[in-house]
Amino acid sequence: MIQYIIRRFLYALPILLGVNILTFILFFVVNSPDDMARMQLGHKHVTEQAVQNWKHQQGYDLPLLWNPQAEASEKLTETIFYQKSMSLFLFDFGISESGRNIGADIKQRMWPSLSIALPSLFVGLLVNISVALMMVLFRNTYLEFSSIVLCVVLMSISSLFYIIGGQFFIGKLLKLVPISGYDTGLSAIKFLILPVLISVISGIGSGARWYRTLFLEEVEKDYVRTARAKGLTETQVLFKHVLKNAMIPILTGVVVVLPLLFMGSLIMESFFSIPGLGSYTIDAINRQDFAIVRSMVFLGSVLYIVGLILTDISYSFVDPRVRLT
Amino acid sequence: MIILWTDALIYILVVASFLAGFFISRKPHFQRPLKKISASKTGMVSLLFLIFFIVIGLLDSIHFKETEGRTREIISLLDYVAKPLRMQNEKTYSAPFSAYLYSKEMVEEDDRKIVWGYPRLKFGGSHLQNPDQEGLADVFNKAAVGFAKGAGLFILFFVLLWSYLHDRHKYLLKGSTAKVVWATAFLLISTAYMLIYLSGYYHVLGTDKVGEDVFYQAIKSIRTGLVIGSLTTLIMLPLAIVFGIMAGFFRGWVDDVIQYIYTTLNSIPSVLLIAASILMVQVYMSNHAEDFNSLIVRSDMRLLFLCLILGVTSWTGLCRMLRAETLKLREMEYVQAAQALGVKQSTILIRHILPNVMHIILISVVLDFSSLVLAEAVLSYINIGVDPTTYSWGNMINGARLEMARDPVVWWSLLASFVFMFGLVLAANLFADTVRNAFDPRRTEQGE
Repeated sequence: MIQYIIRRFLYALPILLGVNILTFILFFVVNSPDDMARMQLGHKHVTEQAVQNWKHQQGYDLPLLWNPQAEASEKLTETIFYQKSMSLFLFDFGISESGRNIGADIKQRMWPSLSIALPSLFVGLLVNISVALMMVLFRNTYLEFSSIVLCVVLMSISSLFYIIGGQFFIGKLLKLVPISGYDTGLSAIKFLILPVLISVISGIGSGARWYRTLFLEEVEKDYVRTARAKGLTETQVLFKHVLKNAMIPILTGVVVVLPLLFMGSLIMESFFSIPGLGSYTIDAINRQDFAIVRSMVFLGSVLYIVGLILTDISYSFVDPRVRLT
Repeated sequence: MIILWTDALIYILVVASFLAGFFISRKPHFQRPLKKISASKTGMVSLLFLIFFIVIGLLDSIHFKETEGRTREIISLLDYVAKPLRMQNEKTYSAPFSAYLYSKEMVEEDDRKIVWGYPRLKFGGSHLQNPDQEGLADVFNKAAVGFAKGAGLFILFFVLLWSYLHDRHKYLLKGSTAKVVWATAFLLISTAYMLIYLSGYYHVLGTDKVGEDVFYQAIKSIRTGLVIGSLTTLIMLPLAIVFGIMAGFFRGWVDDVIQYIYTTLNSIPSVLLIAASILMVQVYMSNHAEDFNSLIVRSDMRLLFLCLILGVTSWTGLCRMLRAETLKLREMEYVQAAQALGVKQSTILIRHILPNVMHIILISVVLDFSSLVLAEAVLSYINIGVDPTTYSWGNMINGARLEMARDPVVWWSLLASFVFMFGLVLAANLFADTVRNAFDPRRTEQGE
């Protein structure tokens, strides 16, 4: 088991290297640091001296891949690729273009992101599964048909409208909760209710439909027929047998996204002005702060790979047939 | 006539989908699912709506230079038809069907007195003498006339078609699905004509901040939505098909390399990859400003780039599915037999594997369409979507979002983009469901 995990982590290295090379190509080869300097400093009327200063300040005045002027091993290390991309492997995110420490920022902004993402995920899961179970329980009735139609309708509404509508009706007209903002500690709860509620509602459509197909697949299996033949009621069959067996795909589906919750939700956080990593990323995109975007890309792929590994491990826990070797 | 990049790709797409349709309809094993789709009421009605949207989008994809006017802008056929809508701009916001501006100004009255009040609109309801009293009645009047005209037009064509279809293709008129489809077409065309007729006199969906007609914006956005939904699939399909089938068929190092590529691409959060690429495109464009001199060319290039990037980020899912299916197929007896008979590997891939994964491709294309349309709005909101000058529902929402705080609320831009987007996405989703039910072998067994 431990051997397997170590091997998986070693497999992750080439993938992360690939991610790094890709971002390196995007950020430094397609556009030279000169282009970025001009963009940051304003397009026209920039003196050559100002561009050089900016590049030196950001550490972009080194050669890209190979430094012929340096000594021995420094030929490789005194380059942009080594200093900007490889240092990410040690989770050294460096300094953003506005001069802040990215690593410290990420650590600080991670918690607000989690405080909104975790409740959304678990409340959403609970609601989706219960709706899906109801749909399976009442299958082949008008109740099921109309709830399927409702699901498709809910799915077809853009998440932006859920947010705008929720903010308008609950926040502005009914004045039940503040429209946006964030606070530390327990007083954050009143700011979190609305975003969590909205993300749960906007997820019902696709979520309930997805779980319904999972349950329906289970319902047709032999052991369910056996359970019915033994004289169990339909509710007993559903909750005791079907739900338990459908938990395997549900759990593994949840485990994949767990690490990515740290990244936060981009639109939710920016609409509700929650100082999490999602709004951090959006701000960076809008300010065209390449250093932050680069770090977030790396962080995101690390978390994704961690998610994949966790999925495999959780498989072996919930399904005894799966053995990791 | 001027052909923009996206236009050219749209033409290719139309030709390709006709060819694919021709190819599919001749294959015997596609007959049954196709029949199933054509018998489904929701499927056909949603297809009708989709076709309606596509026709508008195609009209908007034929560009030419204006012959008159000072600026000689590049306009599309749709712009040409909707010239009054495009030209009749007001000063700022005005509510739907209103004859007055949203904000107060100094107004000169008949007797040369200057009053602080709501000025009349230049175009909306300008034919009315006294909008307060006759306004509502006039709107209903005009709506009824427009609807009747549209209905008349439809009935005229229907009668012509009927005489033709009656003898030869009776099933196109008599079946229960056909009746529902014809009824929907009647309502759709009459309502569309009514709206067009009304928009000659009023701003049906109001005007936006700079006084542009919202109805016009919403219609123009249809093309953007369709382009994002369809061109992305055009870009992603070759990647997914070639890589997926090759990985599954050849296995070994080919499989390893392809798996490595898609795991790497997949591991980058797609929003960030899109953001990074769009930032790069922006830098490139600002450094090569001379290549993108015209506004419409620039926004078109950005739209194309967006499709390209979305395509690159979204092929991995289909690729993985195709790989799994090919792995299964290559162990089938008929593939083994072909190999034993010495058939060339490329022939096996094209003749034996590709037709048998076609249903997966078809299902994923229709399923992806609606999620791409929805994604466009979100991306535009984060400013990494289409160019801010392009008409799109995302841009409309973005512009109108902050106006919800005003009093009275400026709701019409949001409502317009909501209704149009909802219509397109709902139709696409319903159609996708029908296609999936018809083509997915597991579902057909359950259904029958």
